Amino acid sequence: MEQTPQLPDQHTPPRPQHDDPGHEIVNREGQIVLPGYKSVDPGHESAEPLKSKEEQPTDNQQLATDNSKVQALILTGFGINCEEEFAAAYKLAGAEATIVHLNQVLHGHVSIHDYDILNFPGGFSFGDDLGSGVVLANKLRYRRNAEGRTLLDDIKQFIASGKHVMGICNGFQVLVKLGLLPDLSGTVTPEVTLTHNASGRYEDRWVKLKVNPKANSPFLKGLDTLEVPVRHGEGRLIIKDAATLAAIEAGGLNCLAYTDFDGSPTEVYPFNPNGADLNCAGLTDTTGRVFGLMPHPEAFLSLYNHPDWARRKRQNPNLSEEGDGLKLFRNIVEHVQSQRSATVAQPTAHQFLS
Amino acid sequence: MLKPGQHDGEGQRVADAAQRHLGLTTGRVQSTALYTVRYPLSGEQLRDFATHCLQDPVLHDVALDEFRHGSEYKSYILVAKLPGVTDDEGISAQNALGDFLNQPLDTHTQHIFSKRLYFLEHELPESSLRRLAEDLLGNKMINRFEVGPIAQIRDYTPRPGGGAEAVTDLVPLVGLSDEELLKLSKDNLYALNLEEMRAVRDHYTSIREERQAAGLPQDPTDCELEIIAQTWSEHCKHKEFSAVIKYKDVDTGEKFEIDSLFKTYIKNATAEVNRQLRANGNDWLIKVFSDNAGAVRINPESLFVWKVETHNSPSAIDPYGGAITGILGNNRDPLATGIGGARLLFNTNVLCFGNPEFDGTLLSNQLHPRRIFEGVRKGIEDGGNKSGVPTVNGAIVFDDRYAGKPLVYCGTGAVMPMQLAGLDSWEKKIDAQDRIIMAGGRVGKDGIHGATFSSIELDETSPATAVQIGSPITQKLAMDFLILATRRGLIKCSTDNGAGGLSSSIGELATISGGAVVELEKVPLKYPGLRPWEIFVSESQERFSLAVEPAKLEELLALGREMEVELTDIGYFTADGSLDVRFDGESVARINMEFLHNGVPRKVLEAEWSKPTAEEPNLAAGLDYTDVLSRLLGSLNICSRESVIRQYDHEVKGRTIIKPLMGATGQAPQDAAVVRFNFESWEGVAVSNGILPRFGDLDAYDMSAGAFDEAVRQIVAVGGKLPNLSYGDGNFWSVNDNFCVPDSVYDAVGNPDGKHKLAKLVRMCQALRDATAAYCIPLTSGKDSMKNDFKADGVKISVPPTVLYSMTAKVEDVRRTITSDFKQADDVVYLLGETYDELGGSEFYQLFGELGANVPKVRFEEAKALYILMGEANDQGLIQSCHDLSDGGLAVALAEATFGYGFGAEVELPKGLPVHVQLFSESHSRFVATVAPEDVVAFEQHFGGRATRLGRVTPDSQLTVRQAGKTIIAASTAALRHEWTNGPVNRIIGFGHPETAH
Repeated sequence: MEQTPQLPDQHTPPRPQHDDPGHEIVNREGQIVLPGYKSVDPGHESAEPLKSKEEQPTDNQQLATDNSKVQALILTGFGINCEEEFAAAYKLAGAEATIVHLNQVLHGHVSIHDYDILNFPGGFSFGDDLGSGVVLANKLRYRRNAEGRTLLDDIKQFIASGKHVMGICNGFQVLVKLGLLPDLSGTVTPEVTLTHNASGRYEDRWVKLKVNPKANSPFLKGLDTLEVPVRHGEGRLIIKDAATLAAIEAGGLNCLAYTDFDGSPTEVYPFNPNGADLNCAGLTDTTGRVFGLMPHPEAFLSLYNHPDWARRKRQNPNLSEEGDGLKLFRNIVEHVQSQRSATVAQPTAHQFLS
Repeated sequence: MLKPGQHDGEGQRVADAAQRHLGLTTGRVQSTALYTVRYPLSGEQLRDFATHCLQDPVLHDVALDEFRHGSEYKSYILVAKLPGVTDDEGISAQNALGDFLNQPLDTHTQHIFSKRLYFLEHELPESSLRRLAEDLLGNKMINRFEVGPIAQIRDYTPRPGGGAEAVTDLVPLVGLSDEELLKLSKDNLYALNLEEMRAVRDHYTSIREERQAAGLPQDPTDCELEIIAQTWSEHCKHKEFSAVIKYKDVDTGEKFEIDSLFKTYIKNATAEVNRQLRANGNDWLIKVFSDNAGAVRINPESLFVWKVETHNSPSAIDPYGGAITGILGNNRDPLATGIGGARLLFNTNVLCFGNPEFDGTLLSNQLHPRRIFEGVRKGIEDGGNKSGVPTVNGAIVFDDRYAGKPLVYCGTGAVMPMQLAGLDSWEKKIDAQDRIIMAGGRVGKDGIHGATFSSIELDETSPATAVQIGSPITQKLAMDFLILATRRGLIKCSTDNGAGGLSSSIGELATISGGAVVELEKVPLKYPGLRPWEIFVSESQERFSLAVEPAKLEELLALGREMEVELTDIGYFTADGSLDVRFDGESVARINMEFLHNGVPRKVLEAEWSKPTAEEPNLAAGLDYTDVLSRLLGSLNICSRESVIRQYDHEVKGRTIIKPLMGATGQAPQDAAVVRFNFESWEGVAVSNGILPRFGDLDAYDMSAGAFDEAVRQIVAVGGKLPNLSYGDGNFWSVNDNFCVPDSVYDAVGNPDGKHKLAKLVRMCQALRDATAAYCIPLTSGKDSMKNDFKADGVKISVPPTVLYSMTAKVEDVRRTITSDFKQADDVVYLLGETYDELGGSEFYQLFGELGANVPKVRFEEAKALYILMGEANDQGLIQSCHDLSDGGLAVALAEATFGYGFGAEVELPKGLPVHVQLFSESHSRFVATVAPEDVVAFEQHFGGRATRLGRVTPDSQLTVRQAGKTIIAASTAALRHEWTNGPVNRIIGFGHPETAH
C-alpha cells in the first residue's frame, strides 16, 4: 500500500450514476441480467445505451417469458468454464441465452422447462477427478429436489416434449456418462464412454470434421464439414461392444468424424486427436434432439478464431467474418423457431417435426 | 481398475517413463484407482456406490476389500497422500457419495481417501520401486509410498492427528546476544538478519510497561514473531529494493547513492510517464503499485487488470505443486484487486530451466532439470486449463544456471467493470466494525513459511511444509462466487491469501481501517493439531479475505451456501492501531500496526561495477550457413515448443485471436498474443514477454534495455501502437517488471561478489527507467525475487540476474492485427530497422561455445521512430506479415516466417556488414515484414531508409539467401521446419503419438 490510487481526472467520461446500475446486473437468482447481452463482463461489452431501472428485467420469470426469442439455458458452476462463449454463440445466432448455476436448477429455483434448449458447456466439472463428467452426471442422476425428483427425470421429460439438449466437451462427457447419448435402448443407461486420449495427454489443436450424411439432427442440418478446435484429455470414444457399434452406425448416430486433409475419416494422429472408435467426434441420440461433441464449435464464432485467418483473409478479402461453429447454433435456433411457428399454425403437427 | 482387454494408458506411460528416465525395466504395469471409504455404509450401499459412481461401466471393474491383480504381477507401488494434503479426487468421490445417498455429508471430515495402486510385472528390489515412486509417481513431500512384493501389499490411509493445539509459546528476546538472535532467526525460519532481530528485541524492550499494563506478557509470542518475520520478509517488504545503495563504478571512479531502487527507478519513472500521459489527455492509468495488481482503463466502462509474479522456490522443491500454486496464486491477484471480482481473461508464463539433457551428478535434494521442466509444465497445464483461463503465450529459457532454482513467472490479465454496485471497483475501503470473512479452502500446515522461505536461498534442508498444494476447482468455485458477490454489492473489498496467509492479507487490509481483531478458533481447518500461529501464517491455497459490512453478512453467507463456497466470519476490523489475534478469547498476538509495517530497519548495501572483460571470438572461416541455420533452429533456446503449447488450452473463452502457433500448419511461432475482450466489440489486448538473461553476462544495462525493447517490439509486430502518440488516444499500456536475481548482498565469505551482483541489479533498473521514459510506457505492478540460489554439498548454483518485462497494450481492432507467417507468393520481403555488428551473447556464438563482446544495444530514439512508422503503415494496411528479430537474428526469423504454409523466400542481402553478422546478429528493434506487390511504392515511401528490400516470398518451399550473386543459404523450408519441430524440447516432452493400440 505504497501509493494512493490515482483517480481518472476530468477527461474521464461521465460514469453511470449510483441509482443506475450500469450494464451488468445480477438478479437474486444469481443470473447476470443485462439489457443488451447476458454473459461475460458486459460493462464494456455492449454499446447499447443504458436503460432505466424500470426496463431491466428483474427476475427469472420475466426473462423466461420473453418468448419472442428462442430460449437457451446454459448451465455453469462447479468447474464448468465455457459458458460465456456458449452464451455468445446463441446470442449471435439470434436466441436469448441465460447462464445459471447448476444449483439453481437442482434446488428448483430455475426450471429447465421454461427453455427450449438445455446446454452443458465444457470445462472440468468437479475437476474431472473420477473421470470426466462423472460426478456431474452422478449429481443429475441421484440428487433429488424437495419433490423427490432428480434433474435427470426433468431432462427426460424435457426431451420427450420435443426439446433439445446439447453438450460440448465436458458437457458431452456428462451426456455420455449419464446414458443420454446414444441411448439406443431408451433406458438412459451408459452404452459408450469417453476416456483418456490414445496419446495420454490433453491437447489443444484444430481438427476437421465431416458430418455423417445419415445423421438426423437439426443441429447439423445442411452441414458437410466443420473446422473446430479440440481441447481435451479424455475424448476417446469407446463403444461397449460390436452390437452397440453396429447400431450406432446403422442409425447414423456417430454424426461427426475426424478427417484428414482430404476430408476422409481417419484414425491417424493428429487428425484424429484421440483415437476414438469410428473416428467419432460427436453423437446424437435416436431422435437427433440430443447432441454432443468433443470439439468446441463455440470457440469458432468468428473468422478470427481460426489459426490461419490472416492468410485466408489475404486470399479472399470478402471472406465471411463468421466462424464455422456459429452455423451449428444458427441451425438449432432456426429449427426451434420453425418448430414453433409450425406449432402455432398446426398444433397437431408437432410430433412429426421432431 | 480396467476391465481385462482395455488399454491401460497410464500403466504403459509409467512403464515407458521408468525405462526412459530411470533405466528400470518394469515389464507391464497395471494401474488401479483405490478408494478408502470411512463412512458407515452397508455392504450393498458400498457396492452400489462403487459400481454406479466410481466405475465407468464400459471400462472398469470394481473390487471391494481386495487388491485384485493379474497373476503375472510381482511387485506393487501404492501412492497415497500424506495427512492434510489436498485430495481433490477423494473430495469429489465424497461429493458423489452425498449425491448417491441423497444426504448432505459432513464436509468437515474427510470420509473418502483416493490413492493409486500400481502392479508391476517384474520383481524389483524395494529401492528401485521406491525410486520409481518418488521420481515418477509422486513427491515424497506430499505422498506416502508403500512398495514391495505383491504378496505383501500394505495400505496406508492418513489418520488426522489429535485434538487442536491451542498452545501459544513465548519467545524470550530480551537480553539475547547477537549470536543467539541469529540462531533464533535461522532455527525458526524467520529469515530476519541481525539488525532486524535487534530492532524487534529493542521494540519489545521499549514497550514492556505498556504490555504489562495491557495484561500482555513482556516477551513476544511465537505468533507475534511469525507475523513480524512474515511482514518484514523480503518477499513482502522488498527490503533490498527499498535499501540505500552506495554505488561505485570502479572503471570511472564515479560514485553515487541510490535512495531505494523502487522509488528512484520504478515508481518515480512511472510517475513521470503518467505526468506526460495526462498532459496529453491520456488518463487511463488508474492504479499502480498499490494493490494486488495494476489497473488501466480500457474505456469508460471497464478496467484491464494485469499482474505477473514468480513462484521459484516452491517449484524447485515440488515442480508441479509450485507451478500450479504459482498460476492459481497469481490468478488471485487480479481477482482480488480493489473490491474484487475481476473476470480473468488470460494467463501467460515464462519459465527458466537448466538444461533438461543434463547428464552430470545432481546435488543433494536437487531435482533434475528435466523433472522440474515436466512438473512445472504439468502444473501450468492444470492450473490454467482447469480454471478455464487460456494460456495465450509464454516463453521457455534454458541456461545451466537455472538448474538449482528454476524461474517460474506466471501472468494473468483480467477485466473488471469500472463500477461495481455503484462504487469505484478499484478502490479498497474498509471501516471499523466491518467483518473479516475468509472464503475458499481450509487451512492446513501446507505452505507454512512460504513468504520467509522464498526470501532465503534453498539448501538441502529446506522444509517440506513450505510446499503448497493447489486445487484449481476449489478456486474456480471461489472465483465464480466472487464475481457474483461483488456485483451484488456484498463485498466491500477483497484480497488474496497468498504468501504469509491470513497474517499478510489481514495485516495489509487492516492498514486501511487501522486495525483488526481476528478470532483464530473460528478458522476452519483441514485437520486438527495446528497451533494458533500456524493457522495465522499458513499459506493453504484458494483462499480470499473479504471485508464485509455487517448488514450484508447474512446475504453473503447465503450466497456462499448456494454456490458451495465455504465462508467463515473470523473477526472484524478496528481503528485502534493494533493487530489483535486471539484464540478462544486468549490473546495470541497483539502488535502495533505502525511498528509492524514501518518498523523494519532500512538496509544499506554496497554495489560495485566494473565492466567484464570480453572479446569477440575468431570463428573458423568458410562456415556452411545452411547448416548453421539448421542447427540454430534445432537448438534448445530456439526450437519449437509445440509439445508444451498444445497441452495448454490457449483458446477457452473463445477470444484468442493470435495464438502462440498460427498458420495453416499450426506451426508458425508468433511474437505477441492478441485476445479480444468480448464478443460485441473488436477491442482487444496484445500480450508479450521480454527476457534476455544471456546478454546480462556482458552488460546488465543492455540486457534489461534489450528485454524491454523485445517486449515492446513484439507488440508492435502484431500491430500494436505506442502509447500517447496523440491527444487522448486512450491507447493503454500496462507493464509488469519482475526481477529475479541471485543473492546480491555482499558478504566476505558467503557472497564475495555480492557488490558486483548488486551493481548489475542497479544497472538493470537504470535501463528500465530509461526505457519507460523513452517509450512513455508505464509500469503498473511488479515483483522482485532476490535470493535465487541453490546451495548443497558446499556448492552454490545461482541464477544469472534476470528481468522479465511482461507487457500488455490495447489493440483497437483485433481484425487489423498481423501474424508472423508469410501470406502469399510474390509478396515483397523487407528488413525494418538496422543491423549492427552485435553478435555478443547471440545464439550464433552460443553454438560455438562463445560469448563474444559486442552486446546488442537499444537505440531508443531510432526504435521509437520506427515503431511509430509501423503503426502508421498498419493503419494504411501496408504490412501483410511481420516477425520481430530476436534469438538467431534475421536467418531464424526468415525461416520461421515460412513455417505457416508451404512458402519459401528468395533473399538478397545488401552489401556492407559481413554475411554472418547480417544473418545472425541479434541487434534490437528489427522486423522481417512482407508487403503486397501493389503496396510496395507506398511502403517504401513511408519507411524511406528504415526499410531494406530483401527479396520476395516464393511458392516453392525453398529458402534461398544470396549476397553479391553468391548463394549463402539454400534450404528446403520443410527440412528447416523439421529441424525446428524435432528439436530437444519436443523430443523431451514428446508429441502425442498414440501408444500401441489395444
